[in-house]
Amino acid sequence: MNVASNLLSWITFFPLVGILAIMCLPSAQKQLIRLVAIVASAVPLGLSLYMWFWGFDGASERMQLIERAPWIQAGNFVVQYFVGVDGLSMPLVALTCLLLFIGVFASWNIERGLKGYFALLLLLEIGINGTFVSLDMFLFYVFWEIMLLPMYFLIGIWGGPRREYAAIKFFLYTLAGSVLMLVAIVAIYIITGRFNIQSYLDVNGNNVAGLLELARTKNINPQVLTANGMLLGLPFQDWIFWFFFIAFAIKVPVFPFHTWLPDAHVEAPTPISVILAGILLKLGGYGMLRIGFPIAPESFMKYRDFLAVLGTINIVYGAYVAMGQTDFKKLVAYSSVSHMGYVLLGAASMTDMGLKGATLQMFNHGTSSAMLFLIVGVLYDRAHHRDLNGFGGLMTQMPRYGGWTTLGFFAALGLPGLAGFWSEAMTLLGSFGPYPTLTIISGLGVLMTAAFLLWTIQRVFLGPLNPKYAKLPDISAREIFCQAPFAALCIVFGVAPAMLINILAPAVKSYLAMFPGLH
Amino acid sequence: MHSILSILQEHAKTAEQAGEAAGGAARALASANWGFEQKDIYLLMAIPLLPLAGYIIQLFFGRKLPRQGDWMLISLMFAGFGIAIYEFAKCLGAWSPEFKIESRTMGLSWNFLGSSPGSPSLVAGVLYDNLSAAMLVVVTLVSSLVHLFSAGYMKGDSRYHLFFANISLFSFAMLGLVISDNLIFFFIFWELMGLCSYLLIGHFYYKDSARKASLKAFMTTRIGDVCLLIGLCILYQHFGTLQFTELYEKVKIAVQNSPTHEWPEWLTAAGILVFLGSVGKSAQFPLHVWLPDAMEGPTPVSAMIHAATMVAAGVYLVGRAFPILTPDARIVVSIVGSFTGIFAATIGICANDIKKVLAYSTISQLGFMIASIGVGGVGAGLFHMITHACFKACLFLGSGSVIHAVHTQDMREMGGLRRKLPITYLTMLASTLAIAGVPLFAGFYSKDAILAHALARAMNEGIWYYYLPIAFLATASCITAFYMFRLVHMTFHGEPRDREKFDHAHESGPAMAIPLIVLGSLAVVCGYPFAHGIPAPLFSEARPWFLAIWEDHVPFETLLGGHFAEHHEHYEHILHESAHSNAVILSLCAAGLGISLSFAFYYFRWFSAEKCANAIRPVYNTVLNKYYFDEFYGKTFIAGTLVFSKVSSLFDKYVIDGIVNFVGGLMKKSSDASASFDRTVVDGFVNFAGFGTQAIASISRMLQTGRIQQYVAFSVFALVVVAALLILR
Repeated sequence: MNVASNLLSWITFFPLVGILAIMCLPSAQKQLIRLVAIVASAVPLGLSLYMWFWGFDGASERMQLIERAPWIQAGNFVVQYFVGVDGLSMPLVALTCLLLFIGVFASWNIERGLKGYFALLLLLEIGINGTFVSLDMFLFYVFWEIMLLPMYFLIGIWGGPRREYAAIKFFLYTLAGSVLMLVAIVAIYIITGRFNIQSYLDVNGNNVAGLLELARTKNINPQVLTANGMLLGLPFQDWIFWFFFIAFAIKVPVFPFHTWLPDAHVEAPTPISVILAGILLKLGGYGMLRIGFPIAPESFMKYRDFLAVLGTINIVYGAYVAMGQTDFKKLVAYSSVSHMGYVLLGAASMTDMGLKGATLQMFNHGTSSAMLFLIVGVLYDRAHHRDLNGFGGLMTQMPRYGGWTTLGFFAALGLPGLAGFWSEAMTLLGSFGPYPTLTIISGLGVLMTAAFLLWTIQRVFLGPLNPKYAKLPDISAREIFCQAPFAALCIVFGVAPAMLINILAPAVKSYLAMFPGLH
Repeated sequence: MHSILSILQEHAKTAEQAGEAAGGAARALASANWGFEQKDIYLLMAIPLLPLAGYIIQLFFGRKLPRQGDWMLISLMFAGFGIAIYEFAKCLGAWSPEFKIESRTMGLSWNFLGSSPGSPSLVAGVLYDNLSAAMLVVVTLVSSLVHLFSAGYMKGDSRYHLFFANISLFSFAMLGLVISDNLIFFFIFWELMGLCSYLLIGHFYYKDSARKASLKAFMTTRIGDVCLLIGLCILYQHFGTLQFTELYEKVKIAVQNSPTHEWPEWLTAAGILVFLGSVGKSAQFPLHVWLPDAMEGPTPVSAMIHAATMVAAGVYLVGRAFPILTPDARIVVSIVGSFTGIFAATIGICANDIKKVLAYSTISQLGFMIASIGVGGVGAGLFHMITHACFKACLFLGSGSVIHAVHTQDMREMGGLRRKLPITYLTMLASTLAIAGVPLFAGFYSKDAILAHALARAMNEGIWYYYLPIAFLATASCITAFYMFRLVHMTFHGEPRDREKFDHAHESGPAMAIPLIVLGSLAVVCGYPFAHGIPAPLFSEARPWFLAIWEDHVPFETLLGGHFAEHHEHYEHILHESAHSNAVILSLCAAGLGISLSFAFYYFRWFSAEKCANAIRPVYNTVLNKYYFDEFYGKTFIAGTLVFSKVSSLFDKYVIDGIVNFVGGLMKKSSDASASFDRTVVDGFVNFAGFGTQAIASISRMLQTGRIQQYVAFSVFALVVVAALLILR
């Protein structure tokens, strides 16, 4: 099979080779297992870099690197193996590969059940990348569920003291969303007879995104979906919209569906937290932009004000709750809640600037939150607790660690020159037009984020050294190796955001074109 | 410096000779960019980029370099100063109020948000006009001298290399801000400065006071930053650009096109929000609280913050944003500024920490600049920023020299130090004379111009609140003269109050002396007006050099036309006819009164300051405690935020998560219920069925006897029954 012509399949399924190899190895061969995991995650990373720089045409609005083959055929019921990427998903695929590769290195300290751990980690990579590249709803759903399983075990087996509670909460919460999504997907199939996500770029290049359009192409009276199709007082289309929205909102997570996140983070081992915050949350935002909103554009336009409110609540409420935490990791987890609010606010704004901000934020939060969780992990490995009030003056003892933390925290609070600034500023600039009040309220979130992050630095790193920790070793070379790529990305996309925005811009443009009557 | 002076003289001469013709010639030159080429733009960009490169090298290799790399950063800063002088000379060569270089028009700009057709873009470039030219020189000069001074002052510090890295980054941010041609880049450098101040104020991070001060500085200024960002959102929403020159143009069109020919209200809001950014950065009331605490940083940092960077950026912003400030916004600006001027000055009277006195004097002087811009004297305010940079840097470095010598910051433990520290004494005295507004010293010229504008505005508008700025500012300049001389008296004059400290005091090395001498001299000459090509400090017709190149450009109001232009013409008329001469008298009286009082109290000791303080004990205590602003903010905003965050997190834990757990529990209960249903009812049926089967089986087992005869009998019986059924049917 030619790698270049089946690039996405190679990226997605290469970890399978690693899983099989790890399964065959004896569990005593720990170094060898780690080596296999490194190789199995390095190859997709290499391929995704090839895709970013050579395989992908950043100027095109079209889906690229498409692979399409029938998968399940049972009479009229056709599920395709249909994958492809555009400017929205391509950077996220690359980010997934990077996060998993670093995740393997960050897992170096894990000794128990190594075989199972790395096999599940690689399975997770397949699930995530598969979800990002799927262009068939059924395929999307399958990968979405594949991703769930390894996550459950990774938290539930290798997690902290309350791991079982956290794992079950995560699993049930996400599964509840999945069920709604499945219902919606089946309903769409019944109406339109197809699972294609990518229907909005049909052969003529016309935008036929929404259910109404799809129905029209199937000669179904659109009235079925709107006026006549009322179901419990809501048009049918609205039901589809809400089902998808809740499924993805749980993943983002959108207030009030966010409480699984801090629990999962606190109990999950460091690399799993990194992956969870870095990329899993993005699946929610991605799902909304790829499926949830364009499939029911009229419903989205009807409810987008409400979504903007939810996004603002995420930003401000998340920041306030983060400030009230005493557990370092919970604080960082709530900062993720706050940061993901920008994605929702930007998406609801429906302006070019706001959507670019939202999509940029998905990538940039991936890098900055990964840094934050790695930072927490470094401290937890040494001090074996995460109580923010139990430290103090660590800068004296661990100056290099303090430096990395400062960089990571300033990246997270959106310091200009680092990537997070652009996504936050663009989201706010873009949202101000449609939602001036909400944007001003979100400004409070910007303020609070700076407050709780710097307050954390003050409590943990500055001031007189707590004598209890006078012997902690400084950050190690391996830990720096894990931090460095994310720090580099934060700086590169902070100084030259256009490198990323130019890739996102065509996708944003074609996305906006899918909403009739927007302008 | 000599070269600049000579250039200044030369061009003052030519400008005066050329007279009106210069305007036309300037316009002709504009198309040729005043002889500026792309090379010059790159040179200008090198000014901030040199310290940035230094910062990066220093961050990674600083510790390993000889002398921890200080020589590299000092020389890079001086190189930047050299370039700034070179370009400044070219700018003076143009000697035109219309002088303006935009890199965009020369094909040099950078689109930071990518270039997709049909989408909004943010193009960044370099803007170089008279203001940025002067600022570049001042900032690079002060930073270079602070770098040099630090080499002596910070010797032996455990984080010496990091300190140098951070002040270089600080300079980079300020210099980048100065040459930015658009607000978004302005904002970026603005925020970077916030970071640098955070790192530098917290340089002695192991001290509890330092870590608190750094957090306070960052958060307080960030309140302003967020307001500024929202202001940018409004401007971007309405104008679709954040480019300074485009904004000016679009504001003009917006006003001219508005049906009532008035300023739109949202522009007032945007202007005030932008100004709030300055309130944070320039420590104006009510966000002034961070600046005195920022003294926790090493003294060279204070000099940086108070003279070259940070607080100057706030004034620079108001100056740049002046055309977007509506008249209503300007009232706010002028009243906030002038109130800060008098408010901070009163605190300065009572402070005993030498650096705190200087800190409050900075806040007060910044109030002067801001107020000046608010009343319409943009050039005067910016001019004061430039002169203030020179003498305040000198004062701070001088105070650093004093602290270095006596190892205390409390002026009550000093006294008589003029014999021990002659260079420090003389340079600080020159700067004090300058800040007090004594003629022949730089501050006089700029402060006089500010008072003239404030007075002219009051006389022109005639509404009571327009009189507030001039009243506040005149009082404040009297108080300034008083407390600044109090500082000099307590520190340098009289008898030493702490013998031991006095005996150990001595002047420091050349690294600290040279910057003092340079800045002390500038505190005298940097505001001089020129007449007929020679410095003419007492020649009332001559205008200070900066005002000469700044104030002659066509006023924004005139460009607006209509009643705006008429109004402005009237204002100009009052300014030149009566306000100017009155302001000179006013400022001389204020300075004279303040200085005399301070001599009476602290030099001749005719009156006792203690007795005065005792007589008004409650008032004195209030002022001594800085009007209890820190306590007030601590008990309201900070405590409120903490309580609210605690409440939110409890709400999250018990209500939101409580609902989730309740639903989860409900699920579990219902599944338990269905489990027991399953066990009893469903399984009961199954078991019943099983039992029934068993029962039937055990009955039918009885039939299974194994005897063939019996089976045959059954078969026959069955056959008969079936046959009978078939027949009977």
